[in-house]
Amino acid sequence: MVVIAYLLLRMHNLFAVVMMSGIYSLLAAVLYVIMDAVDVAFTEAAVGAGISTVLMLGTLALTSRRDKERTGNKPIPILIVTITGLLLIYGTLDMPPYGDPTAPIHHHVGRYYIDNSGEQVGPPNIVTSVLASYRGYDTLGEVTVIFTAAIGVMALIGRSRKRKKKLKTN
Amino acid sequence: MMMGFYIVISQHNLIKKIVGLNVFQVSVFVFYISMGKVKGGTAPVFLDGFEIYSNPLPHVLILTAIVVGVATSALALALTVRIKDTYGTIEEDEIEALETEDQEKEKEGLP
Repeated sequence: MVVIAYLLLRMHNLFAVVMMSGIYSLLAAVLYVIMDAVDVAFTEAAVGAGISTVLMLGTLALTSRRDKERTGNKPIPILIVTITGLLLIYGTLDMPPYGDPTAPIHHHVGRYYIDNSGEQVGPPNIVTSVLASYRGYDTLGEVTVIFTAAIGVMALIGRSRKRKKKLKTN
Repeated sequence: MMMGFYIVISQHNLIKKIVGLNVFQVSVFVFYISMGKVKGGTAPVFLDGFEIYSNPLPHVLILTAIVVGVATSALALALTVRIKDTYGTIEEDEIEALETEDQEKEKEGLP
């Protein structure tokens, strides 16, 4: 994944950049499967690698295909990024070890969902029951966000197209 | 993760910036999922013969986050299309140059 991210940084053909971001999403999906999150992997492969690639290709068709080439690394961004990265790594130092079943995250509602969702909600997939039942309001909020984004996209693109048509007729 | 962050601040092309933002996002997702993993556990789906499951809560949160992320990047791409329509370019520094040109013209126009 790091290699792909580096290629993303170096390539100037935007079509290739978009394809690489699709590959990046698929690799992330593989990583999710390794870490037992199959539902997340499905979503990432379908939405991250599928829909967002299509959206980006559509944007490329409407804009330009190539990035303007520039040479040389910029020192100030590299400095900021390195400092932030080191701070984040420092922050993870006192996290519980990977895969530790006694980590604090496993002692609150997660345990409750695993023990009770089978009887209280029904579906064998715990993620489904949490998503649709226990955290249903989250999902409602998510749908609201998508709806707002759809309205925004329509307002931004739909209007400009109409205006162009008017200009042509004038 | 930092690679994505670097792309966001250092690149001038708007589409590349959006891709960088996605890379950045995915790294946060991986971080959350890795917190939910339990050693020897299996995916949180009830099946006979499995006792230990990974924590389902981060999975749910990240499912929501992925979809919201795509919605925001769709909006960003729509904005990019509009910027291309208005300025004729999607390179940040060229847009800035055009803006300063416009401002100078306005100043000259005023007495």
